[in-house]
Amino acid sequence: MKKKLSVLLACLLVFSLILAGCQSSEENQGAQNGETENQENTSGELEGTVNTDGSTSMADVMAALKETFAEVQPGVTVNYNGSGSGSGIEGVLAGTCDIGLASRELKDEETEKGAVGHVVAKDGVAIVVNPENGVEDLSVEQIAAIFKGEIKNWSEVGGADQEIAVFGREPGSGTRGAFEEIVGVVDACAYTNEYSSTGDVIGNVASNPNAIGYASLSAVGDTVKAVKVGSVECTEDTVKDGSYAIQRPFLMVTKEGTELSEAAKAFLDYAMSADVSDVISAAGAVAAN
Amino acid sequence: MKSAEKKVDTFMNKPISAEQDTRRGARKGAAERLMKTVFTVCGFIAIAFVLLITVYLIISGLPAIREVGIGDFLLGTRWEPDHKTDPGLGILPLILTSIYGTAGAIALGVPIGFLTAVYLSKVAPPKVAAVVRTAVDLLAGIPSVVYGLVGMMVLVPAIREHFDLAAGDSLLAAIIVLAVMILPSIISVSENALNAVPREYEEASLALGATELETYFRVSAPAAKSGIAAAVVLGVGRAIGEAMAILMVAGNVANMPSVFKSVKFLTTAVAGEMGYASVGSLHRNALYSIGLVLFLFIMCINVALNVFLKRDKEK
Repeated sequence: MKKKLSVLLACLLVFSLILAGCQSSEENQGAQNGETENQENTSGELEGTVNTDGSTSMADVMAALKETFAEVQPGVTVNYNGSGSGSGIEGVLAGTCDIGLASRELKDEETEKGAVGHVVAKDGVAIVVNPENGVEDLSVEQIAAIFKGEIKNWSEVGGADQEIAVFGREPGSGTRGAFEEIVGVVDACAYTNEYSSTGDVIGNVASNPNAIGYASLSAVGDTVKAVKVGSVECTEDTVKDGSYAIQRPFLMVTKEGTELSEAAKAFLDYAMSADVSDVISAAGAVAAN
Repeated sequence: MKSAEKKVDTFMNKPISAEQDTRRGARKGAAERLMKTVFTVCGFIAIAFVLLITVYLIISGLPAIREVGIGDFLLGTRWEPDHKTDPGLGILPLILTSIYGTAGAIALGVPIGFLTAVYLSKVAPPKVAAVVRTAVDLLAGIPSVVYGLVGMMVLVPAIREHFDLAAGDSLLAAIIVLAVMILPSIISVSENALNAVPREYEEASLALGATELETYFRVSAPAAKSGIAAAVVLGVGRAIGEAMAILMVAGNVANMPSVFKSVKFLTTAVAGEMGYASVGSLHRNALYSIGLVLFLFIMCINVALNVFLKRDKEK
C-alpha cells in the first residue's frame, strides 16, 4: 500500500509540475498578447517584453537602464543579450530582437538595409598603459604608429628603453572596430596579443609594464593609466564636448518601416530622454541627451 | 515445514498463492521488457548525438571550405577573417600551432607523467603513493579556466621577465599549461598499465640479477608498452581539444608558431571569435570549418587510441 501511495504521490507531483509549466507559458503568451491589447489602454501602464541584443560594451549601461526602467514601467521586462554589435544590428534587421545595440557608427550597408541608429550615450575609448610607464601624452599619429608596429620601443615616444607590447581585442569586437576606425589603422594593426574581453586587456596591461592597450573609458580603473591623447585627458567631459579624439557612440538600432511594440517604444523613448543622464553616467558612459 | 517450502513475499511477509506468483512473473516480464527498452534508448542517445554533431559539423563546415577552396583553407598562411578589403582565411598557422603546442605538451608531459607512474606503481611506499595519487586526481578535477588563470597571473609574467620579452603570452606558456593539464590522464592510464604487468616478469628479472631500475625500464615498461602508448594518445586528445586555458595564455594572434610569439590555436580561434563573427558571414562559416578540421583530428586520435587499446587486450 505504502508503495502504491508513494507512486501515486510521485505521479501527482510530476503532473502538477507539468501543469505549472504549461500555466507559466500561457501566462507568457498572455503577456505578449497583452502588448496589442494594451495599445487601446492608454493609461500608461504597459506590459510586455523588450528584447535587446548586441554590443557587449553596452552591458553596464543596459543593466542600469533596465533597472531604472523597471521602476517606471514595472509591467515591462527588458531582456539584454550581449552578442556583439554586428550580431545586434543583424538581429534587429532580421526581426529576432526589438532593439539592436551597437557601440559603433552604423556601416553604409547596414543603413541601406534599413537600420536606424539612436544615440543614447557616448563612450570614450581610452588608451591605457601600465601605471609604471612614464609616458603621459601621445598624439593620435603616435598611437597609430605604435599600433601599426612602426614605433616599436617606448623610448621613441619619451618612455623607457623597452619594447612595446601592443594589446588589442579580437577581430569583430566593437571596441576594436571603433578604435581602429577612429585612429585610422583599420586592418593595419600589428598586435602582440589579442584578448576576447575588455577585462582581459585591462588585466594584462595592468600586469605588464611594456603594454599599451585600449578599452572603454567606463572600464578604466586604478590598475591602469589612461594617457592623454593630443594633450586632452580622457574624461567624461572631454568625451561629451567632443574634444577627446577617440570616442564612439552607443546606439540603439531600430529598423526603418518596422513599428516597435508599445513596450519597446516606451523603452527607447526612456533611454533617449534627458532623465536618464545620471543613470548612464553612473554606468560609466557619457550621456548624449 | 510447509511454510518453509512456500514462497514468502518479502515485502508483505505473507505467503503467496501460485496464481499470484504467475501474475507477478508476468508483471516482472513486462517491467523487464520496459527497462530493456529504456536502456536501449539511452544507449542510442549517445550514438544519436555523435551522428547529430557529425552531420551538423559537415553541413555547416563545408560551405566555407568550398568557398575558400580546400587548398587555400588548409594551407593558407594568413588568418585575417575580418580584414575589410582582403580577408585571409587560411588556417595553416592555427593547424601548425595546434600540432606544435600538442607535441610540446607531450614532449614535456609524457616523461614526467611516465616517471610519476613508475614511481607510484613500483617505487613509492603505499602511504606516499596514496597521497600522490590524491594530488593527481585533484589535478584532474581542476577546471581548465583555473589553469588558464594561474598561467595568466604567474606563468606569463615569469616568461616575460625571464626571457626579456615585450609580453609573456606565447606558445611556450601554452605548452607548459597543456603539459600540466595532461599529466593526470597520462599518470593514471600508464600506472594502470604498469600495475597490470604480471608480477612473475619482474620477479624473474630480479632473480636473474637485474637491479630494480633495470627491471622497471627493461621489463615492466616494455610489457606495459601499449597501455603507455594509449596514455600518450589520450594526452594528445586532451591537449589538442583544450581551449579555455590556452585562450588565456597564448596571446591569440594568428602568427606562424614560434616559441616566444603570441599564437592562436584551432580551438581558441573558435572559442574567441565565435561571439564576434556575424551570423551567415564567411568568417562564421570558416569557424565551423575549423570545428570540422578539429573534429577530424580528434577522430584520428580516437581511432589510434582504439587500435592501441585493442592490441593491449589481444595480449
